[in-house]
Amino acid sequence: MAIVYQKSKGLTDVELHYCPGCTHGIIHKLVAETLEEMDVLGNTIGVAPVGCSVFAYNYFNCDMHEAAHGRAPAVATGIKRVSPPGTIVFTYQGDGDLAAIGTAEIIHAAMRGEKFTTIFINNAIYGMTGGQMAPTTLVGQKATTAPLGRQRDHYGAPIRMAEIISTLEGCAYAARVCATDIPNLNKAKKAIQKAFRLQQEGAGFTFVEVLACCPTNWGKTPAASIQWLKENMIPYYPLGVYKDTSGEV
Amino acid sequence: MTNEIMIAGFGGQGVMAIGKTLAEAGMKEGKDVSWLPSYGPEMRGGTANCCVVISTEPIICPIVLEPTELIAMNLPSLLKFEPNVVKDGTVFVNSSIITEKVQRTDVRPIYVPCLEIAQELGNLKVANMVMLGAYIQAMGNLGVETIKEMLVHMFTGPKAKLVDLNIEALRRGAACVQ
Amino acid sequence: MEKELWKGNEAIAEAAIRAGCKYFFGYPITPQNEIPEYLSLHLPQVGGCFLQAESEVAAINMVYGAAGCGVRVMTSSSSPGISLKQEGITYMCGAELPAVIVNMMRGGPGLGTIQPAQGDYYQATRGGGNGDYRHLVFAPATIQEAADYVQIAFDVADQYRNPVMILADGMIGQMMEAIEWHEVPKRELPAKPWATTGTKGERQPNVINSLYIDPNVCAEHNERLTAKYKAMEENETRWEEVNTQDCEVLFVAYGTPSRIARAAIRLLEKEGIKAGLFRPITLWPFPGKALKKAAMQDSVKAVVDVELSMGQMIDDVRIALEGCRPVSFVGKAGGVVPTPAEVASAAKAALGR
Repeated sequence: MAIVYQKSKGLTDVELHYCPGCTHGIIHKLVAETLEEMDVLGNTIGVAPVGCSVFAYNYFNCDMHEAAHGRAPAVATGIKRVSPPGTIVFTYQGDGDLAAIGTAEIIHAAMRGEKFTTIFINNAIYGMTGGQMAPTTLVGQKATTAPLGRQRDHYGAPIRMAEIISTLEGCAYAARVCATDIPNLNKAKKAIQKAFRLQQEGAGFTFVEVLACCPTNWGKTPAASIQWLKENMIPYYPLGVYKDTSGEV
Repeated sequence: MTNEIMIAGFGGQGVMAIGKTLAEAGMKEGKDVSWLPSYGPEMRGGTANCCVVISTEPIICPIVLEPTELIAMNLPSLLKFEPNVVKDGTVFVNSSIITEKVQRTDVRPIYVPCLEIAQELGNLKVANMVMLGAYIQAMGNLGVETIKEMLVHMFTGPKAKLVDLNIEALRRGAACVQ
Repeated sequence: MEKELWKGNEAIAEAAIRAGCKYFFGYPITPQNEIPEYLSLHLPQVGGCFLQAESEVAAINMVYGAAGCGVRVMTSSSSPGISLKQEGITYMCGAELPAVIVNMMRGGPGLGTIQPAQGDYYQATRGGGNGDYRHLVFAPATIQEAADYVQIAFDVADQYRNPVMILADGMIGQMMEAIEWHEVPKRELPAKPWATTGTKGERQPNVINSLYIDPNVCAEHNERLTAKYKAMEENETRWEEVNTQDCEVLFVAYGTPSRIARAAIRLLEKEGIKAGLFRPITLWPFPGKALKKAAMQDSVKAVVDVELSMGQMIDDVRIALEGCRPVSFVGKAGGVVPTPAEVASAAKAALGR
């Protein structure tokens, strides 16, 4: 029988712990497929964050580090700077990890043009700890620490990381994609592929922000979550490529 | 035999360098040595001092509280450290900028016009070497040949011409000691 | 071997290179700046990498990443910066990563002062980060020792897969003494099959991790770590005794105060009082058994603990002596160093003279 589809060799056989409708799994798949297609799994070292994807080190079929909360870009810097040429390094981080406690680490890794790739999962909420407000939570969006919704006069407006990162000279590629449907997943895959390819070419720091769903903490069904993301997140977090030093279209 | 030396002055007067040269010379002569700088905001241009211990025995403590010799490159240093010098100790005074005399009568004062001599030699940077020459002449604990050897190692290539200038500075400093 | 005049901080940096350390991640803070300055110039010359991080937090996490790849790596800082590194240190102990961390202590608390102090004793020996963890703490008292123990520290770190701290004060960092470079005794060191060097498709992935979500597994992990710490206690405890035989008063001091205590011993000798010094070289493991042995001599009437802090090591001294000898304290914190005369009079007071 012909095999028409199978799980990427970039993923282990460990069962994912993610909630129904969570988009972490599919984003893991895109990263794993990319590494498999590039034939670099044997010389890739990934860094998992603290947050819902804390167990990512169990899922990616390559050497992994588990970092302290927010420190993945620093850990990845250490790894990349001491590893032989050709080593592929990536961090996989959520919005609390990357855009709150680890803001200094991500900005400075990008500033230095560290030659690794960051996959940034923005679902506008703290998932693992139970739905607290994230720096990316939308104004008016409810969270367990913002029961009346995020108030702009109290917390300001959410942070747009892809745009910020793209302003740094050390950044070779910055894009925002979303994990809502097949056409968008195809675009997300292309962005991830490009980010890793540019890393391999030594172009600089590469960054892919993925807008993702958190049905559990949003209090919505998976289908309603996708709809909510499209109607509320994309207008505030426009999709697109913010920086691409390759000059390719 | 132990010399506990306090060297103090403004930042930029070569205070640390006098201390390092003494310590290195002591080491080259097989003695135990230590060099302990003051560090902090003063290293950015204020007053600076360092303690040097040169001993024929192993050095226990590098902190100099009661120096056997004080090298005062400016007035605040003389006022601050003169009272601490041991009885029968020696106080070296950079008389180019310190017009006051040593007050104590139980120490041996030596006045060295470092800047005037350096000016006569055509290079103000050797003022600290003039003082070093006076110290070695007065104390007799280090051989001037050791310092000369160090200078030859320190100034090589295009800087080699500085060796003779520094040796002359040492000699002129030594001449200040009666 | 010819003697060379070295500044403490620079000797530590050079010793790291001689120990095969090619990587350093750090952040500037006085009084340890000569360590990163020296390495920024010299590591590239040996094919290594020096990186100034955006913070001490980032620096220690870079060390985590590098150590996980199996290379020899170092960071250094001074007291407030070491507080920031505590997160990384507990993660490294949890993930069992070898590295050398230098703390050139200054006065505290908070920003304190840049002058020498020993107020980080609790933090270093108890662990300033979360969880049950230990790491070796070497406390050199001379530049020669600083140079030697940095080299030993890299070996010990690799042997036990654990970070090791060099704990000194600003005076050791800033002063110069004549030293000789010698090879430290070679140890049989384990390979690093756990390092993340890429699977090359030939093995299962390696994971550098301190997360054990199942409490039973985490409990086992803690027991295994504790067994390792016990082995360190048995094999790595070090101390020096000076003049302790039949002494009347026994000083206990490490680092700079141990040198002041030695000067006080001379002062006391002139007054006919026989004083000795017990100097812990490892602060953790603390050489408690040896201290008790020295203090329990019939001749010893008083034990005097000397610190550049307000009494931290004195807890370990009291634990070791189990109430068998009176322990008194002399010390200053905040960057002021007690004089030999002050230390000597504290000893006389302890003897009731």
